[in-house]
Amino acid sequence: MSLQNIKKYLRKDMFPHIWCPGCGNGIIMASLLRAIDALALDPDKVVVVSGIGCSGRISGYLDFNTVHTTHGRALAYATGIKLANPELTVIVAMGDGDGSAIGGNHLIHAARRNIDLTAILFNNSIYGMTGGQFSPLTPFEKRASTAPYGNVDHPFDLAPLVKSAGASFVARTTTFHVFNLQKYLERGIKKKGFSFIEVITGCPTFYGRYNKIGEGLDMIKYQKEHSITYDRAKNLSEEELADKIVVGVFQDIEKPEYISEYEKIIEREHHE
Amino acid sequence: MSKNVRLMQGNEALVEAAIMAGVRFFAGYPITPSSEIAEGFSKKLPRVGGKFIQMEDEIASMAATIGASIAGVKSVTATSGPGFSLKQENLGFGIMAEVPCLVVNVQRMGPSTGRPTKPSQGDIMQTRWGTHGDHPIVVLYPTTVPEVFKYTIEAINISERLRTPVIFLMDETLGHMREKVLLPEPDEIKVVNRKFPKVGKEDYLPYKPADDDVPVIAPFGKGYRYHITGLHHNYKGYPTTQPEEVEELTKRLLRKVERVLDDIFILNTYMYDDAEYVLYAYGITARIAKEAVNILREEGLKIGLLNPITIWPFHEDKIEGLLGGKKKVFVVELNSGQMKGEIERIYPRKDVIGINKLNAELINPYEIADHVREGLR
Ligand SMILES: Cc1ncc(C[n+]2csc(CCOP(=O)(O)OP(=O)(O)O)c2C)c(N)n1
Ligand code: SF4
Repeated sequence: MSLQNIKKYLRKDMFPHIWCPGCGNGIIMASLLRAIDALALDPDKVVVVSGIGCSGRISGYLDFNTVHTTHGRALAYATGIKLANPELTVIVAMGDGDGSAIGGNHLIHAARRNIDLTAILFNNSIYGMTGGQFSPLTPFEKRASTAPYGNVDHPFDLAPLVKSAGASFVARTTTFHVFNLQKYLERGIKKKGFSFIEVITGCPTFYGRYNKIGEGLDMIKYQKEHSITYDRAKNLSEEELADKIVVGVFQDIEKPEYISEYEKIIEREHHE
Repeated sequence: MSKNVRLMQGNEALVEAAIMAGVRFFAGYPITPSSEIAEGFSKKLPRVGGKFIQMEDEIASMAATIGASIAGVKSVTATSGPGFSLKQENLGFGIMAEVPCLVVNVQRMGPSTGRPTKPSQGDIMQTRWGTHGDHPIVVLYPTTVPEVFKYTIEAINISERLRTPVIFLMDETLGHMREKVLLPEPDEIKVVNRKFPKVGKEDYLPYKPADDDVPVIAPFGKGYRYHITGLHHNYKGYPTTQPEEVEELTKRLLRKVERVLDDIFILNTYMYDDAEYVLYAYGITARIAKEAVNILREEGLKIGLLNPITIWPFHEDKIEGLLGGKKKVFVVELNSGQMKGEIERIYPRKDVIGINKLNAELINPYEIADHVREGLR
């Protein structure tokens, strides 16, 4: 796919990037930029807030208003930014440890509030930046640097969790499904309310290596072979779904959004 | 009585003053004895077009407060000991990223849950060194409700001028105590607003310091697209690993506060000029110490009070000068002697005497007077 239309959104003086060859983060970044381009957003009004991790570095590469915050807290920073200036489009990038371990509480509360943010969770099933420790999204029995004998923790099924926490739009896809990825990002950004897009992505350096999946391309093949759509998954048992990645739209509804509701109060009470 | 005189709690006065200073955002999480601040903002902010949010914890509250300020809105968060501990990492981010905001800590006794509804001054060193790494900090600590009002505005002004979070310490007693406050008219107070860039978007370097060592960072959404990070960064705001750039940033952050020390250092004295002995006290303890000065003066002892409002940075030169020629310094604190150590660095140790109380009760002026008499025996 051509990079022609999206190069203009990159901070060229920040390159080369720090990501390893074969890392899926670049695929997500390119899809995000295509989505922003397709929506013709004004770059001056786009904010990208990220946490800490390999994925967290994305904010530095993008020529928008960008903040690389603290580990796990990107959504809380984004909440302040969006409340202070609702005309900004605020997009939040998080790693799986970032967004579901240390930042897990902020994630369910942002969803519950249904605040108009678009959160992208880069799910590489591992802590990349710190050297391959297991995360709350590392599947059962898979290996990591701190799970040398296999992971005895059970992972979150994050998309349904965020859905039940109250998000307006929830989708999961992979770095293999780049067209869907772009479309979900567009829908998430357009949605007035909390949108959550979980993207299964490859960390060949750690997850791929520890679990003998192979290089970047092999990891994408793995995603392709193990994906199953949300609708088809409905009729399968837990055992049948054990090593499957359920992809698709989990939630897409209209409901009252936090800032709009707050602004109604201001309209009623403001007399300065 | 003028119509502008109001009977107010310390916590209420803080809310009124912050709104007058231009604050339009508050994020917090309930905790005794600071909750009235959140309640006050939740009621008042929408009335002036501002926004209040109750976050899921103090970590998130600190983050949202900084976020709102990044978008250009003056913002406040308030908490007490346990919550103040949780805020520390993001407070460090605010210092590093140079984002102004006010962080209020209405102290209660720790460690841990401690004595939640009772006064203590145990957070003196935490306000100085709570977040990790070398960093500057400005901490203001009022002694009365009218001072809460006055110095809240001052603290917000300092934060805007220096582009750094400022901490406002209060005592449980002061947060809940009611006193008369003379509310000024808006044109009677000085409000400082952070500077907006004058250069064009092409030449813009968000973290290039101006002559005062403070960079001119634009609010998000105004066309100056740039990057903010808690990593050490260069003038562009991009992460750097160059030792010279790392050192320059670290030193500049310290220097931008040090160089205005004379301006931001607020200190009040009582019966001081002819005093031979000194009570050094801050916060609620300072007003009690003032009473102790009266008691001891009546007995003929030449004693006076030094009451720093700006407890950090510690203005060594100024305090050393003021203590010069005095015979003894009594440092009165509701902790085990956190500030006493600072005085001992600049004054002969044998002549510094701590008056400390650690039972979650206020000290009374007679107790202070007793300790002084004993110390002079
Ligand atoms: C408070 C805090 N704890 C721990 C760390 C160390 N740390 C940095 S990144 C990271 C995890 C990264 O994993 P993930 O969030 O999955 O993102 P990835 O690197 O895989 O993109 C951790 C634990 C930190 N920076 N801050
Ligand atoms: S360690 Fe993994 S997640 Fe991090 S850049 Fe390398 S491949 Fe990507």
